[in-house]
Amino acid sequence: MEFFEPYLALINQENIWSLFIIILQVLGVTAPLLVCVAYLTWAERKVIASMQLRKGPTHVGWAGLGQPIADAMKLLFKENAIPAGSSKVVYIIAPMMVMIPAVIAWAVIPFDEGMVVSDVNLGVMYLLATSALGVYGVLMAGWSSNSKYPFLGAVRTGAQMVSYEVSMGLTVLSVILMAGSMNLSEIVKAQETVWFMIPAFPMFIVFLISILAETNRAPFDLPEAEAELVAGYFTEYSSSSFALFFLGEYANMILMSAITVVLFMGGWLPPMDIAPFNWIPGFIWFFIKVAFILFIFLWARATFPRFRYDQLMRLGWKVFLPFTLFWLVLTAGAMHLFDLV
Amino acid sequence: MIADLLFYMFASVLCIGALGVVLSRNPMYSVLFLVLSFFNAAGLFILIGAEFLGLLLMMVYVGAIAVMFLFVLMTVDMTTEDDDGKKSPFFITLVLITGGVLLGEIILAIMGGVASNTRLAEFVPVASETQNIVALGQVLFTNYIYPFISVSMVLLVGMVGAIVLTHRKREGVMKQDISEQISRTRDESIEIVTPALGKGIS
Repeated sequence: MEFFEPYLALINQENIWSLFIIILQVLGVTAPLLVCVAYLTWAERKVIASMQLRKGPTHVGWAGLGQPIADAMKLLFKENAIPAGSSKVVYIIAPMMVMIPAVIAWAVIPFDEGMVVSDVNLGVMYLLATSALGVYGVLMAGWSSNSKYPFLGAVRTGAQMVSYEVSMGLTVLSVILMAGSMNLSEIVKAQETVWFMIPAFPMFIVFLISILAETNRAPFDLPEAEAELVAGYFTEYSSSSFALFFLGEYANMILMSAITVVLFMGGWLPPMDIAPFNWIPGFIWFFIKVAFILFIFLWARATFPRFRYDQLMRLGWKVFLPFTLFWLVLTAGAMHLFDLV
Repeated sequence: MIADLLFYMFASVLCIGALGVVLSRNPMYSVLFLVLSFFNAAGLFILIGAEFLGLLLMMVYVGAIAVMFLFVLMTVDMTTEDDDGKKSPFFITLVLITGGVLLGEIILAIMGGVASNTRLAEFVPVASETQNIVALGQVLFTNYIYPFISVSMVLLVGMVGAIVLTHRKREGVMKQDISEQISRTRDESIEIVTPALGKGIS
């Protein structure tokens, strides 16, 4: 009992209050995130429908706005079937491993000046470390389902995510060189003169394509290529565990868009610091920019045919890797030459 | 105090994970336990103020190396493995020797006190002054530049070795040249003919 006494003393009013504040902050980020995920699925169906001269969801609520909620209810009330030959613990943990990294990464994203849950110095490293975890969910799902289509889908994703993480990391490194810091708020503040997407425009394009591949979205949606693999790594999943995969994928899309906005598009900063632009508060700018990148995700899905697997690998390793390495050296050289360090 | 609690949590889960690695029969579970151990080791690193090392551990070991293990295990056929409890005495002696050496090192480190070692103590004043990553960079690229370069050379040799060992000339491989494909024009790829009635294309 004596051993525990100092720990029991931790439970006092001050600590409980600060814990309450932290929980409130966490809820303040995750609850809007989940709403955004729900309405991203609605936006996706509407955008793709209008690009294909259809109307998309119209029946549930006004302009189909109730559709995401109806879908979520349907998924949650279905039976959760676990395949007999699966390894059950891994099978149940896998969807969580997809969802959790996509949510915890939001801890370091600055929505406005000072509007961030945890303003850590190594924010960029934290983001790369958490995004590296997403691949486990997919591999575990594919392996534990004990079925051939999920397995093949998982093997493809593993290779794809690992390949594109390399070029993503190198792109991020050149941004860190330009900003001189790994703190995300500092990176945004370094873009007050010019957004990094202008001096590093090729890197912006490489990063955009890499995040499409990293989140397994079209045209890089090979892991779930319906024509070949049924539904890819989550073929065997049903009900709420399937919903978690779905949520994880869309939360990851929003997260990757937010990272792009912070690294290249000046985060909460308005495009120009003049009258009509700087009346709008920073987090609204952030939201508009994220919505723009998300629109590019949907646009690409409605426009491009799927890549073949060898073309995907060629693009990642033979085009992006050498080019990002070259750009990293170029950035370092330019920074040194013009004395910008 | 909270740091103490977190230490006990990370350390105990780390030990459970490490035991899981060696005790699981299924190699797949071993790798997943290994990932759990990496995680908790990263937590311990962050707890002592080495955030950069902790996050690096997660990026490199969890994000790359363990994924490679998992990948190899998934693609290698494991049904042929005969695990009937036979253990060769050679391996048991090998295991005992390596285990003994590692245990001896730990005991020596605890008895001798690692912190009194002058080479390690060099890090301490630098790390407390500036940011973690700045301190590391300064130490790596000034005091330890030659070891750093030689380590990168070893890694390069490893990479070249892996490519040389696995690369082989294969016959009958169809290669595509993308620039050649997309620079094809309409004129050189299709020909429009108007076949005469009743004759067709000869």
